[in-house]
Order: sequence, then structure tokens, then C-alpha cells
Amino acid sequence: MKHTISVLVENEFGVLSRISGLFSGRGFNIESLSVAPTQDPDVSRMTLVTRGDDRILEQITKQLNKLISTIKVVDFTDEEFIERELALIKVATEAESRAEALRIVDIFRAKVIDVTPKSYTIEITGAPAKVDAVLELLRPMGIKEVVRSGPVVVGRGAKRSWIA
Amino acid sequence: MEMTGSQILLESLKLEGVDTVFGYPGGAVINIYDDLFESSINHILTRHEQAAVHAADGYARCTGKVGVAIATSGPGATNTVTGIATAYMDSIPMVIITGQVPTPLIGNDAFQEADMCGITRPCTKHNFLVKDIRELAKTIKEAFYIARTGRPGPVLIDFPKDIQVASHKFSYPDKVNLRGYKPTYSGNIRQIEKAAKMILEAKKPVLYIGGGINLSAANDELLKLAEMTKIPVTTTLMAMSAFPQRHPLALGMLGMHGTFYANMSVTECDLLIAVGSRFDDRVTGRIDSFAEKAKVIHVDIDPTSIGKNVLVSLPIVGDLKDVLGKLLGSLEQKQESLKRLVAATEDWRLMIAEWKERHPMAYRQSKTVIKPQYVIEKIRELTNDDAIITTEVGQHQMWTAQFFDFSQPRTFLTSGGLGTMGFGLPAALGAQVAYPERQVIDISGDGSFQMNSQELATLVQYRLPVKIVILNNNYLGMVRQWQQMFFEKRYSQTVMELPIDFIKLAEAYGATGLQATKVEEVEETIKKALETPGPVLMNFKISREENVLPMVPAGKAINEMVLAS
Ligand SMILES: Cc1ncc(C[n+]2csc(CCOP(=O)(O)OP(=O)(O)O)c2C)c(N)n1
Repeated sequence: MKHTISVLVENEFGVLSRISGLFSGRGFNIESLSVAPTQDPDVSRMTLVTRGDDRILEQITKQLNKLISTIKVVDFTDEEFIERELALIKVATEAESRAEALRIVDIFRAKVIDVTPKSYTIEITGAPAKVDAVLELLRPMGIKEVVRSGPVVVGRGAKRSWIA
Repeated sequence: MEMTGSQILLESLKLEGVDTVFGYPGGAVINIYDDLFESSINHILTRHEQAAVHAADGYARCTGKVGVAIATSGPGATNTVTGIATAYMDSIPMVIITGQVPTPLIGNDAFQEADMCGITRPCTKHNFLVKDIRELAKTIKEAFYIARTGRPGPVLIDFPKDIQVASHKFSYPDKVNLRGYKPTYSGNIRQIEKAAKMILEAKKPVLYIGGGINLSAANDELLKLAEMTKIPVTTTLMAMSAFPQRHPLALGMLGMHGTFYANMSVTECDLLIAVGSRFDDRVTGRIDSFAEKAKVIHVDIDPTSIGKNVLVSLPIVGDLKDVLGKLLGSLEQKQESLKRLVAATEDWRLMIAEWKERHPMAYRQSKTVIKPQYVIEKIRELTNDDAIITTEVGQHQMWTAQFFDFSQPRTFLTSGGLGTMGFGLPAALGAQVAYPERQVIDISGDGSFQMNSQELATLVQYRLPVKIVILNNNYLGMVRQWQQMFFEKRYSQTVMELPIDFIKLAEAYGATGLQATKVEEVEETIKKALETPGPVLMNFKISREENVLPMVPAGKAINEMVLAS
């Protein structure tokens, strides 16, 4: 099963390699990983998407917690959360397909952020499933490049995944 | 007071209670060595950095203190890696200090540069690169704290040369503040009460003990628990000295080379109480049939150990001393139930006694060739109870675990998790430095001995009277045994074609060399070695194709043993 895990870590030298090395060394998979500082410049948040059965997920969270640099681990899978991903999609556009591309952009509330005679670059934000859907619709036109950020998540309402 | 980085290091070591370090100099640590020249800290110069780390490890294993090793950058630092990985697998508290090229050169492929934080990330509990002299004292404080607390382990400090010579006001922090590191010491009392209940209801309970008992110094609590409940105790390789092996409740080692009765007990038990052990594959054999009929209670300070390999009915995270102490407290209040437990488990102990009688831990003595097991029994007989035994890795290691009958905590130092040939001699060196008055003996094979035999020089230089026993079969015996049993005796690269004159080798270093080729010579050789001052090497020419039995072939369940005929 797919799990989205948020890891708060000390924003220090080598911390990314500790996390990624843990995953590769123990044979856990990472589907996506995004890293950036938080409101506290000493703390970074990593959001990662992984897959595994309950036993593997238990090991993943325990092993993450065991790292000295890890401050907090939250597995969002069983929680109420909001998930967003950003994608930049470069799609080939012929004169006859431009209108169709714009219609898709409109329906999904995406944006065209760059235009050339032969292409549109489209920016879309949303749950990964929405990004997938847009890609599916654009595919017949010819997708030249896809850049996805991987999802980031935050708990719903007042619920926080910040340091207790 | 203003001090240089290297002075800050040495002052901090003293404040951490370090009186001895093991190491090897080089360009990137030359400033530290200059300050060591007149320091009160005792420095032991090994002949290889790997040996320095194993020596610090041996020192830590027998004292419980943090072992400290120093090496230069690049090749000196990479030479420490096997030693660090060995300590990591067995949870040994150590701090390793490696020199590093000056910070402006890092990443430049500078002379003798190696990315030690990168290299040791998966085999240290944590590691640090000191980038700023203002962080140095805090880093050292944290390194020692991390190494010795929670589940102990090695911590590396990579120390660039420009930081060693920079200066800064020295003040050693008295507290650490690591918000991501808060080990759980205190066991949850509700879980412990549940454990007490499960124990009191068991009909066929077994205690399965790992190296954690020594690390937590919970030996007395364990003994009390076993005696109070009359639950038999099986120990892993790491825990052979954690429970007195001649105790009537001792089942000896379990697993691949475990005793028949330990493996049968675990297979048949209805409650397995795992304490400070980690269900290593050499212990469990085929995992799905390991303790199949049992509920499992697992006590460990490291939550990742629990539920990693087997399903656990009752997890308890905490320091073993704390948890066992509370468990004893709880059981003590239930005298009636305890009596009932002891009565209800009588049949179980009888069953185990029967197994023991059917297949005792034994070997066939010979009149013509020296049996390695016999040598080990004789060493046990002729040494003090508190003698410290180290081993290398191979058949001799397993025979020592099977036949030595350890009786005191921290007297058996062996590389369990990594299985590092070449560990025993430098570990013995470290143990002898820690306890100059005690008997320290390295039981070795002829193959392993040659992995760090250069340390004879260190023994002689520092007058360390370590006794070395080579159980010489002129083979890489353990691998040969596998080849005999599973590869149709195709002895590929396991015959030591060149018989070494170990006596001459010992003498070349200024040590004493003795040899025994006949059974009658065994006892006098050991006696003579123990009486001879200084390091002594004993070369025993043993029965060459002796095998370690019982043996559970790889992939089999632990009750599917090949037994001694
Ligand atoms: C550094 C290292 N290399 C290789 C091995 C694989 N290995 C395990 S036991 C063994 C043979 C050891 O031979 P020896 O030291 O003579 O001991 P014996 O088994 O004969 O008692 C080998 C090669 C190892 N454990 N460690």
C-alpha cells in the first residue's frame, strides 16, 4: 500500500543522505521525495511516498525515528490530510490542438506559463491523481517533458504535524 | 581559556573519563599527536588502524566504557571501517576520531581525502564532520553521549586539520540537547504486568537472551528472574557470558551451532521471552518455523529490533535492567502464582533434561590427535573464572562458544554480528590494556590469526601478556566444513598450502612461541604459557577435519540439525 510520510529533520549537513541511504541500504522504496526548510530555519521537512505492507511500514517509521537527525515522523496515510503536487508539463501543440489544450487547462484550473509556436508549458497544482488525469488528457497531443515535484502534505484543520 | 582544536579534543576526552586511546598517526592528525606527546592520556600505538578500532572495541566490551580510536585521514580512516562496522553490528560504544583534509580542500580530491561521513554512514550510530571550531566541544560531548546511551554504538568524528590548529575558548557543555534522540529507558509498567501474566500462565517458557544483557548490566536481574521462575535460558553468541553456562537452567547457545536441547526447547516452547536479542538469521534458521508454537515477548531498548523479523505478541521497549527489575518486582508479589508456575513447568524441564541426556554437548576424545574442544576445555580448567576470552571467526569461535562454559559477565569478546576474522587478537590487546592483571586469551584459527598478526608487535612493545591459542587445522576450517557438507568436498581455496612456522613468527616479534602436536602436550603447553610472562603464542596442531556440530544447514528450521554421531 502507498504511504505518504512527513519527516522533520535537523537542517544540517548530510541529513538528506542519511534518509536516502537508509532507504537504499534497507531496500525500502521511495516513489518520491521532496525536501525544503520549514518556518524554523533549523528544521527541514521531507515528504516521501513509499510502498509496503504493514510490517515494512512499521520498520520504515521506526528506522526513520531511530536516526539521530530525525525530530518527528508522521505517516499521513491513516490521517486526514491535504496533498498537493506541482507539475510543469511541456506539451507539443499544433494549430489545431491549441484550443483543446487550453480547454483542458481551463477545466483543471491549470495555467499556461510559457508559449512557443510549437509548445505550451502548463503549470498544474493538485492532488497527484489530478496531475495524472491532466497528463492522460494531454498525452495524445504529445508530451515533451514532465517535471513533477512529488506531493507535499499537511494535516487537515488545526491538526499539525509540527514538533510537539 | 583559548585552546587549539586538538587541545580541545584532548581536554574533552579527559572530561569524558577517557584515559586510554588506541591509534595510529599520520599527516592529518599530526597536531593531535603533538599534543598527545605530553598528555596524561595513554596512547597505544597499534600496527594497523583496523586493529586500533578492534582494540578500542575490546576495551569497551570488557569494561562497558566508551572505547576511543584515532586514525589519520584517507587510508588511515578507511582502514578503520571494518572495525567500526564490527562494533556497530554488536552495539559497542565507541568514538572514532579521524583526521580530515582542511575544510577548504574538502571535496577537492585532496591528498589523502576520503569522505568518511559518507563511507561510515551505514555503519555508525551517528557521525559528525566538524566544520567550525565553535562546534567542536559540543560535537565531542554529543558523540560520547550518543555512543553510550540507548542502544550503544560507534560514533565517528571527522576532524579537519585546519580546525585542529584553529583556536577558540574552551568550555565543555554539561548537557546535550538532541531533540531527535530520546531513548526510552523506562519500560511501560502495564506491558510489564502483561508480561508477568503471560509468564505465569506459560507451560513451556524459554528465555532467549542476547548481548543486550551485558550492555545493560542486567546480569543479576536475569539470573534472579530465571531462578525465581525456573525458566530455562538459552543465549546467543553475544550473550554466552551473560548467564553462567554451568547453571542448571542454562541451555547454552541456540541457532545454527546451538545445542540440540536449546534448539528443541525453542521449537517446542509456548512462550519465548526474548531479552536484548534480535532474532538474527543465524539464530532463527528458517524464520517461519522459529518458535512456531510460541507467543513472543520481546524486550529491547531499540524499537526497530522489535517486530523486525518475527511477529511479537508483547513488545516492551526499555532498558533491560529497568524492565527486568520491574518484572521481578511484579512477580515477587505473586508468590502463589509463582509456585504454581514452577509446578506447572516441571514436565517441561524434565522434557528438556531428556533432550539434554539424549544429545549432550559433547565430542569424541582421541588418543592420537588433539581435539580442539579438548584444548578449550583445558583452557577453561586452567584459567581463572574471570579470564577474558576473545576469538576470531570460524570453527574455533563456535567451539569456544559451545565448550567454554563462561561464568562471568563480559568475559567473552567475539564478533557476533559482522563475523570479523582478525578481531580477536586486537580485541584481546584492548582488554589487556583495560585489565593488566587479568588473564586475557585469544582463541584463534590459523587463518584468522594472520589477518592481524602484526599486533604481536604491539603486545610486545607494551608488555601486554596476552596468550594466543591457535587451533591450527591448516584450513580455513569453517569454510572447509561447508565445502565438505554442501559442496562435495571441493576444498576451493580453503587449504592453507603454506604451513607457517608460528613459533618463529612469535619469536621474530619478541614473543614466546610454544607448540603442541600430541594430546599429552596440551595441558603442559597451556600451563607453561600461563606461567610465562609476556605474550605467548601456542600453536596446537589439531585434528584437521573436525567439524562444528550440531549444525543447522542454511535455510532449514533449527530443529533440523545435523548432529554429532
Ligand atoms: C574478514 C573475513 N573474511 C572472510 C570471512 C569468511 N570466513 C568465515 S570463517 C572463515 C575461516 C576461518 O578460518 P580460521 O581462522 O583458520 O578458523 P577455523 O574455522 O579453521 O577455526 C572464513 C574465511 C570472515 N568471516 N571474515
